[in-house]
Amino acid sequence: MGDSVIKIENLSKRYWIGHQAVLGEDHVHSEGLRHVLERALRSPARWFSGDKNRKPAGVEEFWALKDVGFEIKQGDVVGIIGRNGAGKSTLLKVLSRITEPTSGRIEIEGRIASLLEVGTGFHQELTGRENIFLNGAILGMSRVEIRRKFDEIVAFSEVEKFLDTPVKRYSSGMYVRLAFAVAAHLEPEILIVDEVLAVGDMAFQKKCLGKMQSVASSGRTIIFVSHNIGAVMGLCNRVVWLAGGRCHMVGPVREVADAYVATTSLQVERRTDLAKIVRYEMNIRAKLMSLEWLDGVPLKHGVPARIRIEVKFTGDVPDFQLSLGFSTMEGVRVATFDTDSDRGFAGASPGDGIQAFELVVDSLVLNPGLYMVDVMTRSGNDHELDNLRGAASMEVVSSESTPVHFFGKEPSVRLGGRWTAVNH
Amino acid sequence: MSQRLIIEAGRTERQYWRDLWRYRELFYFLAWRDLLVRYKQTAVGVAWSFVRPVLAMAVLTLMMKVSKLPGDGVSPLPLFVFCAMLPWQFFSTAFSESGSSLITNSNLVSKIYFPRLVVPASSIITSFVDFLIASVFTVILMVWYRFLPPVNILFLPVFVLLTLGASLGTGLWIAALMVKYRDFRFIVPFMVQFGLYAAPVFAMTAKIPETHLWHGMEVPVRLIYALNPIVGIIDGFRWCVLGGTNVIYLPGFVASVVGVVVLVWSGLSYFRKTERSFADMI
Repeated sequence: MGDSVIKIENLSKRYWIGHQAVLGEDHVHSEGLRHVLERALRSPARWFSGDKNRKPAGVEEFWALKDVGFEIKQGDVVGIIGRNGAGKSTLLKVLSRITEPTSGRIEIEGRIASLLEVGTGFHQELTGRENIFLNGAILGMSRVEIRRKFDEIVAFSEVEKFLDTPVKRYSSGMYVRLAFAVAAHLEPEILIVDEVLAVGDMAFQKKCLGKMQSVASSGRTIIFVSHNIGAVMGLCNRVVWLAGGRCHMVGPVREVADAYVATTSLQVERRTDLAKIVRYEMNIRAKLMSLEWLDGVPLKHGVPARIRIEVKFTGDVPDFQLSLGFSTMEGVRVATFDTDSDRGFAGASPGDGIQAFELVVDSLVLNPGLYMVDVMTRSGNDHELDNLRGAASMEVVSSESTPVHFFGKEPSVRLGGRWTAVNH
Repeated sequence: MSQRLIIEAGRTERQYWRDLWRYRELFYFLAWRDLLVRYKQTAVGVAWSFVRPVLAMAVLTLMMKVSKLPGDGVSPLPLFVFCAMLPWQFFSTAFSESGSSLITNSNLVSKIYFPRLVVPASSIITSFVDFLIASVFTVILMVWYRFLPPVNILFLPVFVLLTLGASLGTGLWIAALMVKYRDFRFIVPFMVQFGLYAAPVFAMTAKIPETHLWHGMEVPVRLIYALNPIVGIIDGFRWCVLGGTNVIYLPGFVASVVGVVVLVWSGLSYFRKTERSFADMI
């Protein structure tokens, strides 16, 4: 097999889609128990032999994966991108042996572990301590291994004080931290990670991605699935682009990501719910709740824009500051709006409850292109409260009033200036 | 350290038993979790394992007293009833819990790979522990009635093993079927309720006539009755603990053993056959 640790050949996975929208592989599903019993009574022999290849009536076949093939080398960090329904999750499930392929073959060299969600098998009634052991066992760690790493896991999770409290009493942040701490201490040679681990606020993301990077730099192989192209670019060196269940493109990250960004129109929402994003911190005094583009999406170059941000305050927030920034998909900040420099409401300390803020931009000078939007709340200028990187995606398009015909490939700021031809 | 894994359609078959051994710790942990969780936030805790069979026994004994059912005529009535309640409650809770175990653990099944057999097998452990705790009550009853069990009691493990087998076999069938047909969620409670009356809890199997004349035909009623593996098991329990007039009906015993073997074997093979599509259906 050379130095490739994973070799996928002609991998296909078929589902049957029935009238009742029941998915299942190679089985009769649109039938109820009554029909099966009826059939069993009529011809028991055939029922027992399990006549599987018969295509059930009123059922359509659907290939979630079709002839997918690629190789992954030792130490590679491979991103798998694609839109919803492209087959990413199915590929993950087949790779982690949760479901069998319909045809094709995968060869894997080395100990493999998959993290399709954090906290799989966590039991609400059990304490943090008990859940560490249970979750560890579920992820494939041995008792000895868990005991050896127990202190490290607890330290990483920062929930020492609540170790003997049932996790149902945990805040969602604590819960996620504990769950991730267990997962982060898996030591497989190949790690499969779903994108759930890539969302979240800055601190959580840093810690998770940081841990993953340290895993990668120690020579392990990581497969990382995401439709957040920014996270993929920051972490991976190779990318597999799935489209319609097929392998659309495989190659170095830059090449594939550029092609992906060029053909994929981002899903931009008029209003983004920020409250549901998983935070690493537990009690955020000024929590970002939502982000809304009052003049509609996508944004237009050279046109005024109004942005509404809702913040939920709990407790005292002296000298509240709010900022919003635009970054490229690679995470390079190109524009920042800040209440501090804009002298929006210097020194304000709002009371408890949800309060909305509006930012008016007289003329948006961003080049047409795709951006990630970062939002942050602070108390003063050195106290970050809630910092969401890539909270939303935004597309800027050229407008009729100020058409931008040439902008190259790079999202950036287009500043205004006066040009004159100077004759010598 | 390095190991090679090959994923292909139908391939899991070959690695299955090796994997099952590798995931034995998960088996312990799931059983441990079920035990831990079982009586969380209850006032009397583990005492429930004790109280439930005792209450059931009390009610049934009272019922028998009122309706003048004789039991075996020799041993104390509560003991007679309890010897049947013990295996019956073990069997019924074990198979219904292992039957629904895949559904209650569906988050595991759809997110993590492991031999699925681990789930229904480990969920039997809780009922087994309950059974052991309730068994203590048998001893208390014996002391109370100054009843010395016969030497037959040495054979009790055989019948405990048979009950385990019957529970596992039935549990596997139902677990696999329930993934596909949730109808079994309603069928199982009915089986448990009805089964109590079909089992020889109130009377001895020996009281059932050997044959019965039906439309001029000799029908071997007792043999038909004994085809239910639980009948042989309960008779066995009584023979071990009470002895005396509680004899083992040999054809019934053979039917039990054969029945349990068939149950486990067919349950295993049906489970194995459908297992690979659990994640897609659950």
